[in-house]
Amino acid sequence: MIRVRGLNKWFGEHHVLHDVDLDVARGEVVVVIGPSGSGKSTLCRCLNRLEAADSGEILVDGVPVPGEGRALARLRADVGMVFQNFNLFQHKTVLENVMLAPTKVRGVSRAEAERTARELLARVGIAEQAGKQPARLSGGQQQRAAIARALAMRPKVMLFDEPTSALDPEMVGEVLDVMTGLAADGMTMVVVTHEMGFARRAADRVVFMDGGRIVETGEPNAFFDSPRTDRARDFLAKVLTH
Amino acid sequence: MSALLDHLPEFWQGLVVTLQMTAASFLGAAAVGLVIVAMRVGPVPVLRAVATVYVETLQNLPLLVLLVLAVFGLPEIGLKAGLTTTAIVVIALYEGAYIAEALRSGVNAISAGQGEAARALGLTFGQSLRHVVLPQALSTVVQPLGNIFIALTMNTSLAAAVGVVELTAAANRVNLLEAQPIPIFVGAGLAYAAVAACAGFVTGRIERRLAVAR
Ligand SMILES: Nc1ncnc2c1ncn2[C@@H]1O[C@H](COP(=O)(O)OP(=O)(O)OP(=O)(O)O)[C@@H](O)[C@H]1O
Ligand SMILES: [Mg+2]
Repeated sequence: MIRVRGLNKWFGEHHVLHDVDLDVARGEVVVVIGPSGSGKSTLCRCLNRLEAADSGEILVDGVPVPGEGRALARLRADVGMVFQNFNLFQHKTVLENVMLAPTKVRGVSRAEAERTARELLARVGIAEQAGKQPARLSGGQQQRAAIARALAMRPKVMLFDEPTSALDPEMVGEVLDVMTGLAADGMTMVVVTHEMGFARRAADRVVFMDGGRIVETGEPNAFFDSPRTDRARDFLAKVLTH
Repeated sequence: MSALLDHLPEFWQGLVVTLQMTAASFLGAAAVGLVIVAMRVGPVPVLRAVATVYVETLQNLPLLVLLVLAVFGLPEIGLKAGLTTTAIVVIALYEGAYIAEALRSGVNAISAGQGEAARALGLTFGQSLRHVVLPQALSTVVQPLGNIFIALTMNTSLAAAVGVVELTAAANRVNLLEAQPIPIFVGAGLAYAAVAACAGFVTGRIERRLAVAR
């Protein structure tokens, strides 16, 4: 579903991604972990070209990610993204947030978009919040609304960049539950997270990044129980003792 | 006082022209401002540069110079339009630069995440500007836009210098007949002040209606 080859990215002089290769199969859930600044977010944002790569190729469902314009917008419509700080549209209600892209991008009728939106809001457990402004919701509810908004486009892949890092601890669970449900339903997912429990539970594969490179990748239980590289071992020792 | 009352029809006519010019050139300026700000915050480097040059140039020229240049210069190169129309177009182009700057500060006040979320959903740059970024940007710059509207109203009086008979020119003509500058120009000034007060009132109402919970 996603195929990345030889991806390089610089921010000025700073080489943030080094020759990254990554494959994500249809229905696969890949969790990306690694220390702060290792390039996880940048990799995630390159996949739908919110950041432009400097070299390398990225294919989504067999199609190279276009450089710009309508073709890029069409690709992004098929790739859902969930951000750390939700980024719900502040001037619209929760329901309108979920309806906007289907009506404007897919040309779905308002009635049908509303029906789908209400179904999705019910699926993520916030049906009663549909008429509220995002700022009136708790962080966990906002993030679930953001997931519903992305799902409304019926994406082929979902990207999550630290979806629970901005949440109070008691709200992390409700968002992870929604994500675990999605994974169980067969959604193709790339998830950047520090939630090791989620990685063990829901991931098909864990990718460990450090210093802009993919250092190790493997099946979750094998990776967490017996990491092969020293860097992964050090990292796990630090996060798991917390 | 009688100088004012005897010439009410002339004053009224002048006020009507002033209001027409204000409305027409503000609408034009809003359109220019939207186009320029879309270019200026957009992804195309050439358009960004053009928009920047446009804003910098127009903000650094006196409006009167532009009016004189257009009214006397354009016919020289074969472009002829009515005086009032020419003045409206010039004022719209000039104030459009200020509106673009006000809108841009509004866009900058909106977190980059809003536009990113819109584009990540598949909205084009134009759609994300129109449906997500600009509506929120507008609600933060209602006050500055109201001030631009008031400045624009006052600036229409410069058209008097190139022969448009709007409120200031009308007052000037009456004064040439009556030689009573104090009541005549105080009267005209009060009319401008009334327009400004209305604009201020409307701005306050709009601002409260658009306030977004954050
Ligand atoms: N827009 C930017 N401009 C310049 N440098 C950037 C930019 N975005 C990220 N960087 C740098 O690129 C490197 C990788 O950043 P990235 O956000 O991808 O890391 P990360 O693994 O997601 O970290 P974290 O866990 O803190 O989110 C960091 O050193 C960061 O400072
Ligand atoms: Mg990050």
